[in-house]
Amino acid sequence: MRLTLPLLPGIMVFGAAFGAGAAHKGLSLFEAMLSSGLVFAGAAQLVSLALWQDHWTFGSTLAITLVVFAVNARMILMGAALHHWFKTASPMWRWFSLYLFTDANWILGVRYHQDGGRDYGMFVGSGVLLWLVWLLVTVPGYLLGALVPDPKTLGIDLVMPIIFAVMLIPLWKGRQAAMPWLVAAVVSIVVMQLVQGYAFIVVGALAGAITGALMPEAQPDV
Amino acid sequence: MSNHWLEPLGTSWGALLALLCMAAATYLCRLGGVWLMDHLPPSPRLRRALGALPGSIIISTVVPLGVMGGPAALIALVVAMLVMFKSRRDVLALAAGMVTVALLRRMGF
Repeated sequence: MRLTLPLLPGIMVFGAAFGAGAAHKGLSLFEAMLSSGLVFAGAAQLVSLALWQDHWTFGSTLAITLVVFAVNARMILMGAALHHWFKTASPMWRWFSLYLFTDANWILGVRYHQDGGRDYGMFVGSGVLLWLVWLLVTVPGYLLGALVPDPKTLGIDLVMPIIFAVMLIPLWKGRQAAMPWLVAAVVSIVVMQLVQGYAFIVVGALAGAITGALMPEAQPDV
Repeated sequence: MSNHWLEPLGTSWGALLALLCMAAATYLCRLGGVWLMDHLPPSPRLRRALGALPGSIIISTVVPLGVMGGPAALIALVVAMLVMFKSRRDVLALAAGMVTVALLRRMGF
């Protein structure tokens, strides 16, 4: 929870920007709030606005679903990475808490776990807080529209990348363990050049994980 | 089909269905990795892959953005990581990165 707070201002502007974008695109306030409450994934919600329709066909519904899936596919890998933590929870609790799973509480969870924390409530508490804030800021964003500051001028688009980069430091375990990272970096840059969209995250991360699997057992060299 | 409660909300069956499909696709991604790990046989190799995964996810998210996102993004990411490296205080590092990017963008980078 302590760590969720510094992320909130950025998340609030991001959520409000989605509300403003939704109003601009002609969604009703009800639809914008459903999107924030049910989908609850900022990047996917923003991308989906570009595909939003006045009249839905089977094709346009399928297209928006596939795009949302592609943007969020990274969460499959993120969930796998925190699996050993999730498996300590009871099934019901796990279904519920995974619904609240976002980039923000994932990275906080990775850090928390690294520091030896095992309290699953940290993940759920952070998720509930993020969900409530995300849902609520959609409303002023929608109503105020043009008054919402452009996230880019404030650098809000970089909140998650910066917190990700910061969290990398405590994960550093010496040079041998950095080989997967190097592979991930190279592969993700190449894929980003070649393929549109967010495939670079998934492909790069998989390449790093495979490299890790193929390497000999790490020798602690700290 | 009756629309008497949909119209005041400014929505339609088509839009509701699209939102439900988007939500289902997202929830599937949230569950997918955990479900997969429940069903893969554990092995030392898989354990090493999972060990390398968090860092690899972070690298694959951040590095392409740093390379492609312009000088403001790159410098802010480096500043944040340096502050973290020196101070080990994540909140301070995040703040330093955010201030850096806001200032640089204001200066037109």
